[in-house]
Amino acid sequence: MLLFRQPSYDYSNTPKEEMQALGKKWQDWVGGIAAQGKLAGNGPRLAMEGKVLKAGGVVTDGPFVEIRERLGSFILVKADNLDDATTLAHGCPALDAGGSVEIRPIFE
Amino acid sequence: MEQAALKQLFQQEFSKMVAVISKIYGLQHIELAEDIVSETFLLATETWAAKGMPPNPAAWLYTVARQQTLYHFRRNRIFTEKVMPELTSRQEKTDEAALDFSLQNIKDSQLQMLFAVCNPAIASEAQIGLALRILCGFGIDEIAEAFLSNKETINKRLFRAKEKLRTENIKMELPPEPEISKRLDNVLHVLYLLFSEGYYSKTQNQILRKDLCLEAMRLCVMLTEYDRTNLPRTNALLALMCFHASRFGARQTEEMSQVLYEQQDPALWDTALISQGMHFLDLSAEGNEISSYHLEARIAYWHCQKADTPEKWEAILQLYNQLLMINYSPSVALNRTFALYKANGQHEALREAEKLKLENNHFYFLLLGELYTGIDDRKAKMNYQQARALAKTQTEKEGIQQKINNLP
Repeated sequence: MLLFRQPSYDYSNTPKEEMQALGKKWQDWVGGIAAQGKLAGNGPRLAMEGKVLKAGGVVTDGPFVEIRERLGSFILVKADNLDDATTLAHGCPALDAGGSVEIRPIFE
Repeated sequence: MEQAALKQLFQQEFSKMVAVISKIYGLQHIELAEDIVSETFLLATETWAAKGMPPNPAAWLYTVARQQTLYHFRRNRIFTEKVMPELTSRQEKTDEAALDFSLQNIKDSQLQMLFAVCNPAIASEAQIGLALRILCGFGIDEIAEAFLSNKETINKRLFRAKEKLRTENIKMELPPEPEISKRLDNVLHVLYLLFSEGYYSKTQNQILRKDLCLEAMRLCVMLTEYDRTNLPRTNALLALMCFHASRFGARQTEEMSQVLYEQQDPALWDTALISQGMHFLDLSAEGNEISSYHLEARIAYWHCQKADTPEKWEAILQLYNQLLMINYSPSVALNRTFALYKANGQHEALREAEKLKLENNHFYFLLLGELYTGIDDRKAKMNYQQARALAKTQTEKEGIQQKINNLP
């Protein structure tokens, strides 16, 4: 599983053309993985808002204050090993936004 | 009536009559239905040759088929009464139900037959053969030619398919309401394959190929005429077929190979079919459903646009990206990479192409050859040579050699 994290998802000031270009970047990047027949599942995009439940029944609105990068979305890829999966992660647009891709094997 | 017209009439009526008779006899006896119809055609040919054509040939055929069916049935009943008395009551009931060749019953029976033939229990290769025979009225010779196979193989395949109809106890009926949408997917897939069989067929017989495509379209139209099967994806498939068929005259496909090989000749595109395609594409846009047919129809739509604009290739690229996420195939991956080349440029496409590793596919090396041209001509040549070695036909090999010769 490739998990994408970015410091910010605030695109409220981003012009429309740039948003389109960004959308295209993601589409082309995932399309490239799919073209290799290595896309196993396209995860949903996570919305900006959310809540966090902590021990003791404390509920907070911002789930993201403590971690530097928020989880944005994820995809499932097919790869023989962790290194191959990491190779697929190269070129991910989250990296351009100062974010990261976390590569984690899943149990089947 | 000339031979070709007679052949066409028989082909048209074959599927209707087999469907109506099978409705009475059950799919277990589909061979009997085929025999009855064949005998009827034989009688028609003899009688019409001697006395001339009746004013309404179809009505003549139905009347004779009705008599033939009764005759078979009575003969069959003697056998049944002696051997299997328990079946008589059912047979008697059937005897009373005269064959109904009304337009409505023909339509209903054909639709039910379509669902029966496209039952997932039958292997897909046999399914297409059976569809060609039973739904389209093609002769064994023609089916063999379309598959570039021989009559024995086709006969065996059909036999196995009919055996399945029996053993799986497949009935001539529409699936119950909750299942109809899922079963429709199977039917649409078979029609898609049927169309592709014609469109990409290896046979040189152009008339046969076109016939196959038109039959697939006719069956798809049939599905749009019935509320429960007239879904957005049905219209999307029909739109896809229209767009493809519009370029039939130009023998132009969106396959990368063809784009690389042939110069487009839009003058040969059939504009009437393109506007038909637009019509069905509009209908397919109802609701939120996006099937692979939707995506393929839109790709085909863009290929019907003459101007080679950046918008066109960007749209095609995104549609291929989406299509790959729904279902991957090597040819979609190659076509996507070609669109990437047109939309994002040669260098990016080359990087992506190198990752595909489709080592046994000559289109892959053809694409690599094209992408290396101008960047690294030595590698371009190596890839073209690899493509030439893997190409299956002489024409293709010559085409690739041409590209090698054109390299600086």
